[in-house]
Amino acid sequence: MGKENKNTRRKFLDKGLKLGFITALSGFGISKVASKLNATPNHDSGSKMELMNTNGDIIQVDSTDVTPVEHSSDHDKKYNVREGMPNRKFVMVVDLAKCKNALACQSACNKHHYVTGDNAWIKVYNMQESKDTAPYWMPVTCQHCDQPACVTVCPVDATFKRKDGLVLIDNERCIGCRFCMAACPYSIRVFNWSEPDQGEIYVDMDMSHHTPTPEHAGKPSKMGTVDKCDFCPHAIKNNELPHCVTACPNGVFYFGDKYEDTVTNGDESLRLSKLLEDKAGYRYMEALGTEPSVYYLPPTDRLVDFNDGLENYTEYESVAKPE
Amino acid sequence: MKSREQFIQDLAPKKFTKAEKIWLGLLIVVIFAGFLAYVDQVRSGLQVTNLNDYALWGIYISNFVFFIATSFVGAATVAILRLTQNAWRTPLVRIAEIISLAAIIMAGVTIIIDLGRPDRALYTIIYARFQSPITWDVIIIPTYLVAIFFLLYFPLLPDLAILKEFYKKTNPRLSKWYGKLSLNWKGSAVQKALQQKSIKIIAVLVLPLGLILQTIDAWLFSSTYRIGWNSTNFGPYFISGAFVAGVATLVVTIFMVRKVKGLEEYITDYHFDKMGKFLALACLIYLYFNANEYLMPAYASTVNEGIHLETLFTGHYSTIFWFVTIGGLIVPVIILMFKKGRSPVVMFWVGMLVVLASWWKRYIIVTPTLLHPYLPIQGVPESWRDYFPSLHEWLITGSNLATALLILTLLVRYLPVVAIQRTMDESALENKAKTGES
Repeated sequence: MGKENKNTRRKFLDKGLKLGFITALSGFGISKVASKLNATPNHDSGSKMELMNTNGDIIQVDSTDVTPVEHSSDHDKKYNVREGMPNRKFVMVVDLAKCKNALACQSACNKHHYVTGDNAWIKVYNMQESKDTAPYWMPVTCQHCDQPACVTVCPVDATFKRKDGLVLIDNERCIGCRFCMAACPYSIRVFNWSEPDQGEIYVDMDMSHHTPTPEHAGKPSKMGTVDKCDFCPHAIKNNELPHCVTACPNGVFYFGDKYEDTVTNGDESLRLSKLLEDKAGYRYMEALGTEPSVYYLPPTDRLVDFNDGLENYTEYESVAKPE
Repeated sequence: MKSREQFIQDLAPKKFTKAEKIWLGLLIVVIFAGFLAYVDQVRSGLQVTNLNDYALWGIYISNFVFFIATSFVGAATVAILRLTQNAWRTPLVRIAEIISLAAIIMAGVTIIIDLGRPDRALYTIIYARFQSPITWDVIIIPTYLVAIFFLLYFPLLPDLAILKEFYKKTNPRLSKWYGKLSLNWKGSAVQKALQQKSIKIIAVLVLPLGLILQTIDAWLFSSTYRIGWNSTNFGPYFISGAFVAGVATLVVTIFMVRKVKGLEEYITDYHFDKMGKFLALACLIYLYFNANEYLMPAYASTVNEGIHLETLFTGHYSTIFWFVTIGGLIVPVIILMFKKGRSPVVMFWVGMLVVLASWWKRYIIVTPTLLHPYLPIQGVPESWRDYFPSLHEWLITGSNLATALLILTLLVRYLPVVAIQRTMDESALENKAKTGES
């Protein structure tokens, strides 16, 4: 009995000590955090500086509170193909109301990316949800998802997501397992089943001094690896628009930077947020949670009859083959 | 009771007969043809297959899944029957382990055959990313291979020592090899204890490894957004399917080995009866998961799901679908319910049917799903809307199967397919019991 009593007392003391220690520690922690939160500048040098905040308002700040931001001077030199362009987030808006299936986007893309397989990187689908709803033309590029299923499943990091939003492929790394193609719900990826016949590319691009990078659309394409729409980083780098955007005669494609909240189709520049709000923009198969970077505007108030586009529609071909 | 010499004489590996030599020659011809086809595939790319951007996986992946499934038989028979103390497993387990070993080796080979860049196969290790199910496969396949190898090797030690003695005079070179491989086995108490412990550990280990292997194989598919693949049912569905494919392969192999090696006294009707019940159980469990996989999506189907199921139930793939479901599962269960249905010859044909259906089952798991993407198939050649393997693919598939059979044939040639020491021990025990009773 006595022994048991002693034991329980010992346990009580032990627990009490530990509990007390923890309370003391957390109390100390809370007071530290609180002092940080309630911090008020307790100095006043008297000299004020005028600065502009992010809303464009001029505010006065005590000059001692201002410390210059250290700018990294090696931004451009340190530019990493796999990291992307700093502080950019590229998006595309596709206005389905304007698309007449002119297919200029596709032929421009095929030409500039030397697409020689049977499957184009950009396709204009003949869509109709049900027989009671209106048919429409739907151009589909790589959606450059923010949660890309293809990148998740790649076993060797050959396809990767950049900070500027682009999903690219390193065809020096790709092992050709095609898991990314199985994972992509937009069926956008194409495979080089045979040796790509890009003979002219070396003449055109002077590839002799050029080491292939994913930046150059994986050019030259490699047999046994995956290719896809790359949002033309080689053009973006030179402040040019992707080829499909410039080629489209109907101004269907808008390209821009989400952080700048601006997109342009070459003719007009618009506020992205306002455009999406006014025209009820949406993303394709949003429910899957892939978070695409491509937005669609619904095919409303179309000026042209759907049937006009049917002339160009080739069900079994998207890459013109030389006769 | 048989003498020790008689046991060894009966169970020791025998030289190839004429028929076996013809069989071997045939295998080598098929393997060579497939090898040539593969060389051509590496040189001119996967264009020699009928794969395309929609049917991006085909028969090679079916073969891979089939070999993975078949390799489950070692884990299933050895671990399950061992842990449940089923004595009838003795003459069967070694063949099961040999099948497993051959199948898991070929699974590794087939997945490399499917790669567009086999020259970069090592990248899966060098640049491995753990989030990809392929990396999980790269880890589990060699692990399982090693486990199966030891599961085969540890119980072999006493037999190898016996064979070393047996061939000392007649074939000294072979005897030397057996001697080296037996790791100086003397049968001492220490050695025995160590061997028993090792077998026990590996037997306990191989069951979870087998389950993980099948599950990862299933996750290769269910980790995508595809209709027909993205199913929570896929793990157990693949495990139970592997159970069916593995046991059926075992039945067929055991029948052939028994016939060719004249082991009727050791592998009896009793064993076939037991295996028949085992196979029926496997088929019933698999049927249950099939019902889960097809009936519920059919009941509450989305449009895409409806299109997929329609091609299976009544459409393009209905012939294969009903063949594998009725011919490969329901009919075998009915036949195996009767005692006569579990006699060796009937079991052989049932086994063949189930193996064949198991392969086609993998085919219709892989192919139809890929041909029903979310976006319509447009702007590609008309032939891309369908997939049927090309000659190259069939030749390479045939060669893969032949290679697996070659490994099997060679192991059966040089290893005692029924454990000699164990059979002797059990027979002695039985005799003791009999004399003790009388």
